[in-house]
Amino acid sequence: MIKVKNLTKKFGEFTAVDDISFNVEKAEIFGFLGPNGAGKSTTIKMLTTLLHPTSGEIEVNGINPLHHQDKVRESFGIVFQDPSLDEELTAFENMNFHAVLYKVPADVRKTRIEELLNFVELWEKKDEFVKNYSGGMKRRLEIARGFLHHPKIIFLDEPTLGLDPQTRNYMWNYINDLNKKEQTTVFFTTHYMEEADRVADRIAIIDHGKIVASGTPEQLKAQTGKDNLEDAFLELTGRKIREEEASGIDRMRMHSKMWRRRR
Amino acid sequence: MSTIYILWLRQIKRYLRSRSRIIGSLGQPILFLVALGFGFGPIFQKAGQGNYIEFLAPGIIAMSILFTAIFSGVEMIWDRQFGFLKETLVAPVSRLNIMIGRVFGGATAAVFQGIIVLLISFIAGFRINSVLLILFSIIFMILISLLFTALGTAIASMLEDFQGFQLIMSFLVMPLFFLSGALFPLTGLPEAMKIVAAVDPLSYGVDGLRFALTGSSHFGVGIDFVVLILITFLLLVAGSFLFSRIEV
Ligand SMILES: Nc1ncnc2c1ncn2[C@@H]1O[C@H](COP(=O)(O)OP(=O)(O)OP(=O)(O)O)[C@@H](O)[C@H]1O
Ligand SMILES: [Mg+2]
Repeated sequence: MIKVKNLTKKFGEFTAVDDISFNVEKAEIFGFLGPNGAGKSTTIKMLTTLLHPTSGEIEVNGINPLHHQDKVRESFGIVFQDPSLDEELTAFENMNFHAVLYKVPADVRKTRIEELLNFVELWEKKDEFVKNYSGGMKRRLEIARGFLHHPKIIFLDEPTLGLDPQTRNYMWNYINDLNKKEQTTVFFTTHYMEEADRVADRIAIIDHGKIVASGTPEQLKAQTGKDNLEDAFLELTGRKIREEEASGIDRMRMHSKMWRRRR
Repeated sequence: MSTIYILWLRQIKRYLRSRSRIIGSLGQPILFLVALGFGFGPIFQKAGQGNYIEFLAPGIIAMSILFTAIFSGVEMIWDRQFGFLKETLVAPVSRLNIMIGRVFGGATAAVFQGIIVLLISFIAGFRINSVLLILFSIIFMILISLLFTALGTAIASMLEDFQGFQLIMSFLVMPLFFLSGALFPLTGLPEAMKIVAAVDPLSYGVDGLRFALTGSSHFGVGIDFVVLILITFLLLVAGSFLFSRIEV
């Protein structure tokens, strides 16, 4: 379903994704793990036509995203790591906008929106402007929106970030269902190792832009001789915190964003 | 079609919900109408050019359309910073359609703004011969709106944040307005000014609007019409190219 070969992305001199290769099969749930700044989101952006690779080959649903952008966009859905809602619209309007853009048939649009907003417990607040939502509510709305249409592949970039355990559970059940019933391929990232262990069929671990290990959770644990994925992950990526370089930049980006927003 | 409509609708909703912006953006045209209209009126009359409000009103309408349209286009920078742009960019819709939806939405808001200023100019003493002329003038309002929303969107496709915005206001939007013949007649100007006015697309918008409302024209209404259409088309093509290259 997803083929990546020698994929590289440079931002100026800095190499964010460094010559990675992997495949994801149809109907597989694939976990893409790595410390902050490892290059996970950058990889997803290249797969979803938001960034041009510096070099390498990619294929999504048998289509090259570089040459057939519109076509490849028809085969996937995505939940972003960063906010992507229109705060000046209500929750319902955000959902409806998405449903129309993704060509959800008019006759199921309303029912599916209601079903999903109920699912994340936002139906009562559907006519509230998103700018009045709490952080967690916004996140839940993004998740609900991501499930409005049923694509062949779904990309989830830290979907559970900031969600309460209830919603997290619901969400994974929903994804499992989708995966079983509609053979949806799932490509996700997370920093919760026990979550990845539980849901992923296969995992790739990326660090400093390079894939350092891949396999089933069991294989990774066996390979490192650990009995849980968290320890295996630490063994593979080292215990050094990536604060200084990666999160430092992220934090700076966050600050400048917030500062701009306040103006 | 439905995707263009929903993008259009979003722009309209955002516009109608920003009441303070609508009201705020009426301040400037009112000030111009009153201060310039009444201030320069007597001199204009003495120079044998007739009623200044009658000359000025179409120019001020064009100005408010210009500002609203450019702003509607440039507003996309907000979408980029709030992250919403990503949502539209990964949708299974061609970027040309996204661009068209946005431009139509922004342009509709700008036309709306132009009509409000037209109504205000009636209060300031502007008179037209027949109510039907309003419909004629709306054709030109639409053209001006489309042209400059497309320009704003094209510019916004190249900007990551608002840092370049001030530059664009001072070196593009303001000159477009002041050199367009919105405030003064283009006849009898120094040669250099004439050339500048002739390459300023807003000149043709002002001229067409002035013809529609008062019957007087510098370039000729046919030329106005053709030039506006051509430039709008070129900007849409250039804009959708730039838009399709956006990365986030
Ligand atoms: N537009 C950009 N310009 C410059 N550097 C960038 C840009 N986007 C990402 N980077 C850098 O590329 C590296 C990888 O970023 P990416 O967002 O892919 O990390 P990630 O694995 O998703 O991390 P996290 O877990 O924190 O989300 C980081 O060092 C980041 O600072
Ligand atoms: Mg990330």
